[in-house]
Amino acid sequence: MSGVTPSQTVGPYFAYALTPSRYPLHEIFSTDLTGPGIEGTKITLTGRVLDGDGVGVTDAMIEIWQADAKGSLEHSTLGSGKSNSGFKGFGRCETLAEGAYAFTTVKPGRVPGADGKLQAPHLGVTLFSRGMLTHLFTRVYFEDEAANAEDQILNLVPAERRPTIIAKKVGDNAYQLDIRIQGGDETVFFHA
Amino acid sequence: MSLIYPHESFFEAHPKHDSPTYRSTAKRHPKQPLIILPHTMTELSGPVYGHEVVQEFDNDLTRQHAGEPQGERIIVQGRVLDEDGRPVPNTLIEVWQANAAGRYVHVVDDHPAPLDPNFSGAGRVVTDENGRYRFTSIKPGPYPWRNHHNAWRPAHIHLSLFGPSFLSRVVTQMYFEGDPLFPYDPIMNEVPEHARHRLISKFDLDVTEPEWALGYTFDIVLRGKNETPMETK
Ligand SMILES: [Fe+3]
Repeated sequence: MSGVTPSQTVGPYFAYALTPSRYPLHEIFSTDLTGPGIEGTKITLTGRVLDGDGVGVTDAMIEIWQADAKGSLEHSTLGSGKSNSGFKGFGRCETLAEGAYAFTTVKPGRVPGADGKLQAPHLGVTLFSRGMLTHLFTRVYFEDEAANAEDQILNLVPAERRPTIIAKKVGDNAYQLDIRIQGGDETVFFHA
Repeated sequence: MSLIYPHESFFEAHPKHDSPTYRSTAKRHPKQPLIILPHTMTELSGPVYGHEVVQEFDNDLTRQHAGEPQGERIIVQGRVLDEDGRPVPNTLIEVWQANAAGRYVHVVDDHPAPLDPNFSGAGRVVTDENGRYRFTSIKPGPYPWRNHHNAWRPAHIHLSLFGPSFLSRVVTQMYFEGDPLFPYDPIMNEVPEHARHRLISKFDLDVTEPEWALGYTFDIVLRGKNETPMETK
């Protein structure tokens, strides 16, 4: 075969196709992963995307991918593609003023890890923006989960950097985490 | 079917996060080393979006408005494959592009070229059971940007694909064979030299429709190999 097609930047002009809430195209992805009949604890995750100068990135796109509240990925390509509740597990958000983003979803359950043990609840995250030729992978964990201590992947991260991917609890079912692409307190990114 | 996702093919194909000739990468790349992520079910699975999300005319960007857009009508077709050359069926492709004059409808595009009331430049298509896709559009124009003196992007169409997992996700750009701007474009040239040709679509007379539209073929290879116990070395 000829090899994997190289990545290219999403550029500054993706919104009217990928996050078209302000444009005529019908939206297929949302920042709200919940809906009628979806089980679990509804949560919000908010924050900002910041560049190496600490300036908000206003033309980034964040995608999240997760298990449902029971830790099932039955809604995914590995499952039947249809969960009982209609949960899609996938959300997309463009950053706006000051680089702000916001998702509404359900707290994910625990899914098995590569070591065969259950992972702590987490979101898979991809970050795209102008100025990035290849997207970045990270994860979001939750401050109030005891399982964080035994999570295989969190434990691969030096202890002092773990807080960069653990969302702070800022209210009832409200979590907050900034993504710092570069610089002091730089977010942990992964070779996925 | 279970797939594996070698890290090597990822490094082999993609540009580096720190790509100095594309100046905007300077403040938008991590300086700390990335941590190798063991692939778990979170990474090995992906969202399911198929034909149900695509509406009429999503795959024909020339028919989304009352009139015909200006420019050269084109047909773009190809296959989406995995690293073993197997078709990736039923996967969503999102596309967006400038109009024939090199202008995007996006609100921050201030290039002084005309907007076309009959062209938005956004579309979607889902691959069929054989991994094939096809959409109709207008050949996009080159446009200037401010990366360096007299910087112009070669004509391109942006594409976003999912594939079978969170790891196969990719956003890329398709270029047109023979564009004189290739040697000057940092976004293309930050791709390892041996892999750049994978971004270039080929003019195809068999796809071209008489007295209607020029045809271009563009195959896309996503990450992912078939898991096999066979030793191939
Ligand atoms: Fe572009």
